[in-house]
Amino acid sequence: MQHAASPDSPDRINDFVIKLANVNGTGSASANTLLMKSMFRMGIPVMGKNYFPSNIQGLPTWYEIRISREGYVARSDRIDFMVAMNAETYAKDVKDVRPGGYLLYDSTWPRPALLRRDDITIFGVPLARICNETFQGVRSRILLKNIVYAGVLGALLDIEIDVMRTLLGESYANKKSLLDSNVKALELGYNYAKEHFQCPLPLRVARMDKTANHIMIDGNTAAALGCMYAGATVGAWYPITPSTSLMDGFKSFCQKWRIDPETGKRNYVIVQCEDELAAIGTVIGAAWNGARSFTPTSGPGISLMNEFIGLAYYAEVPAVIFDIQRVGPSTGMPTRTQQCDLMIAAYASHGDTRHVLLFPNSPEECFYMAVQAFDLAERLQTPVFVMSDLDIGMNDWMCPDLKWDDAYVPDRGKVLTKEQLEQIDKFYRYFDKDGDAIPYRTLPGTHPKGAYFTRGSGHTQYGGYTEDSTEYQIVLDRLKRKFETAKTLVPTAVLDSRGSTSLGLVSLGSCDGAVREALDLLRRRGVQIDYMRVRAFPFGPEVEDFLTSHSQIFVVEQNRDAQLRSLLTLETAVEKARLHSILHYSGLPISSSVIVDGVLASAPEQRLAVGGRS
Amino acid sequence: MSFIAKPKIAHPGLPKNELGLTRRDYEGGMSTLCAGCGHDSITAAIIEACWQMSMRPEQLVKLSGIGCSSKTTAYFVGGGHGFNSVHGRMPSIATGAIAANKDLYYIGVSGDGDTLSIGFGQFAHAMRRNLNMLYIVENNGVYGLTKGQFSASADIGSKAKKGEENLQPPIDPVLAALTLGGTFVARSFSGDKEQLVPLIVAGMKHRGFALIDVLSPCVTFNDHEGSTKSYEFVRDHYDEVVHADFVPPAREITAQYAQGDTMPITMHDGSRILLRKLDPSYDPRHRGQAFNYLRDKLSQNEFVTGLIYIDEKSPEFHEVSGTTSTPVNQLPFAKLTPGSKGLESILKRYR
Repeated sequence: MQHAASPDSPDRINDFVIKLANVNGTGSASANTLLMKSMFRMGIPVMGKNYFPSNIQGLPTWYEIRISREGYVARSDRIDFMVAMNAETYAKDVKDVRPGGYLLYDSTWPRPALLRRDDITIFGVPLARICNETFQGVRSRILLKNIVYAGVLGALLDIEIDVMRTLLGESYANKKSLLDSNVKALELGYNYAKEHFQCPLPLRVARMDKTANHIMIDGNTAAALGCMYAGATVGAWYPITPSTSLMDGFKSFCQKWRIDPETGKRNYVIVQCEDELAAIGTVIGAAWNGARSFTPTSGPGISLMNEFIGLAYYAEVPAVIFDIQRVGPSTGMPTRTQQCDLMIAAYASHGDTRHVLLFPNSPEECFYMAVQAFDLAERLQTPVFVMSDLDIGMNDWMCPDLKWDDAYVPDRGKVLTKEQLEQIDKFYRYFDKDGDAIPYRTLPGTHPKGAYFTRGSGHTQYGGYTEDSTEYQIVLDRLKRKFETAKTLVPTAVLDSRGSTSLGLVSLGSCDGAVREALDLLRRRGVQIDYMRVRAFPFGPEVEDFLTSHSQIFVVEQNRDAQLRSLLTLETAVEKARLHSILHYSGLPISSSVIVDGVLASAPEQRLAVGGRS
Repeated sequence: MSFIAKPKIAHPGLPKNELGLTRRDYEGGMSTLCAGCGHDSITAAIIEACWQMSMRPEQLVKLSGIGCSSKTTAYFVGGGHGFNSVHGRMPSIATGAIAANKDLYYIGVSGDGDTLSIGFGQFAHAMRRNLNMLYIVENNGVYGLTKGQFSASADIGSKAKKGEENLQPPIDPVLAALTLGGTFVARSFSGDKEQLVPLIVAGMKHRGFALIDVLSPCVTFNDHEGSTKSYEFVRDHYDEVVHADFVPPAREITAQYAQGDTMPITMHDGSRILLRKLDPSYDPRHRGQAFNYLRDKLSQNEFVTGLIYIDEKSPEFHEVSGTTSTPVNQLPFAKLTPGSKGLESILKRYR
């Protein structure tokens, strides 16, 4: 019997990282989800991150499961247990395991002794042989190999096998034969490990009660759900990674909840367009005509949409755009994450334009901000961007249960009804009647008095065409004031004051988990930093206050050019020199160590209670 | 362009339609195009068609891109909403607008640059979706606002004002529409109101995408000798193959035509178009034949006009999409959200 424990590894319960190296297209996703979800069902906080190639079949893919009893949601740089299923990446995968860690591989074929390491524990399980001896058919042998390793891990890590069986039962509720073969594979792996290795390892899980009233969901699904709940009726899109699953999600929710029970007809319209230009055009046309409409896209799509975004800004048409950011520039790395579209979204299109952006930090906020985005777009009559990213959009995050308030009434903004139009003498489309810089609009088909001509060319406050400088400027200046009104309506920044008057940290979106973990780590070292997570652009007064009240401010974001820092320096009174960037743009989600190292490296030592690097 | 605004007061003796409205009630703002522009004649034809149809002005949605042609949506039916969008992208605005409210009339006005160059992709896909709209190409073979460059519809050998000869083959919107699956394909001439008005009415009644390519000479940049889009050249070379007369649902077909040369086609709302075939062998329901006939005539320098092809059976966009009968922009919010109860059941999958 092989002994598992390394001499220097104490028990690590509910605090470790498993990385699973697979080949794309071999069906590993279901086994990896099974592993993660069974631990989640055991009440243990988990986080799954998928590092996949821009490919359908054959290239390397990794899945990382972080088990964190503290509930940290960020990626960890450490790998405690590697499941090395891909011969092509085996050499690198072996190297990546931390000293004292573990590795599991398919021992059907011997691995070169060269690739061995003495400071980790290596488990060889003849996964392919087990499957070949038990199951028929090439495809099912390949697929079930994954379930066999899930069983092996179940035994090694002390995952409750009944929970795993239940999950398989749910997945294959209507497919008895598949259920049987999957359960068989699971048990083969589980029993093999029990028989050949000392189970469980010191590195293992134990039941907790930290996942009650929580769900595991990805941001695109949550955003899609938000679109349905907000009452969106027109979705237009062009498929692009990593946004595609948002419209897929919307479609499947609508197929369940938006079918007229009497006629079987659809209470929604989805248009798969010829490109992103048409997708945003369709959104603008639908919103102009009174439907809540949206498009999910990513950076290249935003680039293409620029002209239309400027039209919607100037002609004051609502539009909701989900930008699931991926690595740029150009095609970049389509399956990797970044926050690199902040500048292009904030000022999209030629001429003087500025747009409302929302920055969700999780799938939970994707849901709520999707709803807010429609309210804001219609209230402000302007495009609103929900700036998600691949990490939030495509990975499963543990979130508190999403809640819905049945008293919610959508804010459709200032739209004149037929009755209102009959009452008034004359309708002026771009006139600031209420002093909040938001004019009234009308919908086609309502009343001849409400008819007006929408145009991207120069127009007066009454809606007429103009090339007159004064008339043009009246409208342009009002649009600027409207952006001031937006500041009072967008979600405010989240402040986490830890009592520091000198050190502050500003971040946004998917950095949040890593920042919170880093701040805890720094506090343990005696470094107290106040934290502000901005949730929207334009920045409200609380952002200005935070920047004013701290003498040194770290700005943490996931792009090369410090785009959040640029926006802060452009749009607030903060001195540029007080903002210190901590940047991460590798394409992998940011981890806490990047932030801890960044703070310790750039903060003047006298300000830190405890200096030195980790 | 004219600088004197038309008086708002209409003569009491002007004829009224079923809604009690005169033609003046279907006018829009003053045209800012050149005097004699073919586009203004098309505007007049649209006004006449809407009046004849007794359309409520607010029921008309006017969409356009950029260019001389696209400006014209401001010059007719002032009681309907207009949207002058971005260059070549009107079809996507139309897609969204039609998706939101299927119960209005949609008319898109475009030009040869807007449709055949910058907007060719969107034009093709609007047709592929069979959007329920009338799409008019005001085709003059030239870029007017930028002062006289050839457009993609300019014929080989056609001469620009300063003598330059066009050497690239043209894209013919009608041939393109026939190959792309257009369900109502027509060509007309801005100078032939008798032909154009009923085509516009029929196009608006057609359930699906109706294309009318209207040869519309540019008096400033493309009306000289050597141009194949001048008034003179078009008049000499156009050849009507099928004349369409629109017959409202309640009215009898009274006109007398030679037996065998007429063909009534029933539209979705019960109205009919009476097709008068000027070439008895021609069948406007046969896509392949229409294509070949056009190609043959084009090679002889003849522009075939009239209702070239019609298919009233293909499902339009909303039928294909399975959309509910109420326009989706009018669905009550309660029908759109499953509420907190529904959310509980949805979340089960994520536990």
